[in-house]
Amino acid sequence: MSTLSISGLNVHFSTEAGSLHALKDVTFDVPERRIVGIVGESGCGKSTLINAILGLLADNGEVRSGQILFEGDEDLARLSRRQMQDLRGPRIATVFQDPMGALNPVLSVGRQMINIQYRSPQSRAAKAARAVEMLKLVRIPDAESALGRYPHQFSGGMKQRIAIAMALMMEPALLIADEPTTALDATLEVTTIELLKDLQATIGCSVMFISHHLGVIAELCDDVVVMYAGEVVERGTVRDVFRAPAYPYTRRLLECDPARQSRRTRVLPTIPGEIPDLRQRPRGCVFAPRCLERHAGCDTPQVEHALAGDHRARCNLAPARSPAAVPP
Amino acid sequence: MTAAPILSVEDVRVAFPVGGLLARDAILGVAGVSFEVRPGETFALVGESGSGKTTLARAINGLQDISQGSITFEGVRIDGLGRARMKPLRRRMSMMFQDPVGSLSPRMTVGDLVTEPFRIHGHGGRNLRDEAVRLLNLVGLPADFAGRYPHQLSGGQARRVGVARAIALDPALIIADEPTAGLDVSVQGEVLNLLNELRERLGLAMVIITHNLHVVHHVADRMAVMYLGRFVEVGETGTVFAAPRHPYTAALLSANPEPDPDRARDRITLPAEVPSLMSRPSGCEFHTRCPWAQAKCAAMPPPAGDVACHFPLSPGARPPPREDRP
Repeated sequence: MSTLSISGLNVHFSTEAGSLHALKDVTFDVPERRIVGIVGESGCGKSTLINAILGLLADNGEVRSGQILFEGDEDLARLSRRQMQDLRGPRIATVFQDPMGALNPVLSVGRQMINIQYRSPQSRAAKAARAVEMLKLVRIPDAESALGRYPHQFSGGMKQRIAIAMALMMEPALLIADEPTTALDATLEVTTIELLKDLQATIGCSVMFISHHLGVIAELCDDVVVMYAGEVVERGTVRDVFRAPAYPYTRRLLECDPARQSRRTRVLPTIPGEIPDLRQRPRGCVFAPRCLERHAGCDTPQVEHALAGDHRARCNLAPARSPAAVPP
Repeated sequence: MTAAPILSVEDVRVAFPVGGLLARDAILGVAGVSFEVRPGETFALVGESGSGKTTLARAINGLQDISQGSITFEGVRIDGLGRARMKPLRRRMSMMFQDPVGSLSPRMTVGDLVTEPFRIHGHGGRNLRDEAVRLLNLVGLPADFAGRYPHQLSGGQARRVGVARAIALDPALIIADEPTAGLDVSVQGEVLNLLNELRERLGLAMVIITHNLHVVHHVADRMAVMYLGRFVEVGETGTVFAAPRHPYTAALLSANPEPDPDRARDRITLPAEVPSLMSRPSGCEFHTRCPWAQAKCAAMPPPAGDVACHFPLSPGARPPPREDRP
């Protein structure tokens, strides 16, 4: 059973200039005890996807069709505000990009960690003990005295770990981490990734990890979902997708990463062009206007093709290019 | 023969008072830093958040007073000049701030934003509308963008507007604070290519502040690694990447995540506790996190020079962590 199973999800926003189709036929799973990376450029729908899962879409946003099944039975797209509120926190937790924004600057860390256990019937002392236990788990030194300190007394990396400790305090089934390492430097980024990996193994939750940093995804995640212009264009295990990217956009994206350029170069590769206007989606392939491998078949709607294993790509050319292709 | 430096920074310190109004305590955000940048050169400042990169950039630009040292730009001492006398120099030295959208006023059009420098520094009879078109053209934006507002721009486009503003007055030096933070890899490439092209075409010198080491590797001629407001290692980018000599540089480079799931990783792990500027460690300030620290490191400050370390790593060698760390 998958912790999260999204199928055929379509999200629209009504705007003055017409309806904007922000997520189109989004389908993927976050299997139990797996870390799934969601990668794509700004505007590809990562944030909309998180908000749709959490039931936090803006007032002009609407799930038109599709399912977001959580732990096999509950469809998050159909739950009431109240029911969602009960899930957010204990069952589905989130860590955001900016740790300072997630912590209240005028309350001590201990107070905040005790306050967020408001659902628990336990005594204040037991809650404080639980907070210390969590701070130790995220390797905050001198955890007891850390409770009395304020967020500004911790470094950026420590604050992000405190935010992670708070998110995992209720042992949620699903952790959604939205670019949690973007604000950190390389050494802290790596320690945070390793920490997340360890915690995931200890607590046994599933993780949905959103990032545009391909290196971090490669290192942390089991599976990866590549999004472009509100569509899932490729998905599979990290190894399959990074070793044999089947969708042209994924290939370009990997080529663009300066980390892949082992020789020093002054001119870095880019992807010329822009994301299409989501109010008027192209009838055919959504990436075709920027694609270097464009051909006549790109003007017809693309379907998701199954390749080797769980590897899938929404490009009609993918099966022919992939050696181990499975006919659809 | 090398050209005379366009910018030279000598033993600059920036102190911030802490505590109450009457308290005498101060922390050093920048604790004695020296470097030079030559025309056409790109110099990168690397280090974790809080290491003093942005403070140093603000000090060079005159946005932050320095408490000691000197800053010389095009042969003129510019530290302590004061607002009025600094103003004409700002034509020659421009700054790109971190947040691409936040650094643009939401109530001004792109056309107004890119020509704002002329309204501040005088336009010498130039037609501002023509200038807007010229600048937009230079940074690869269509001329009709002049009528747009910042919220109508993508992150990459906002960055281009920031670049256009920075080059409007034909500066000799651009200081770019995290020019690609928060940008997607493909857009990041575009912005860096643009900066590089302008650097070549206009002969600009650049100081780039970033924590993205891959970016540094591709764009910088020389680099400095900052830790707690000091340079721990300075050198040619290629040399530093090939053979880092300071343990902190080596740890930073080894921590750089790469998009390859099968790459063997030989990491130097550092304890995550970054010391506070309020209580700087004794001796070498990195000794509390250094895997190879010895008794001498806790007792004596490291020697001055390009590598601030008592026991620099030899190229290619990486001894096992020491058991007897102080």
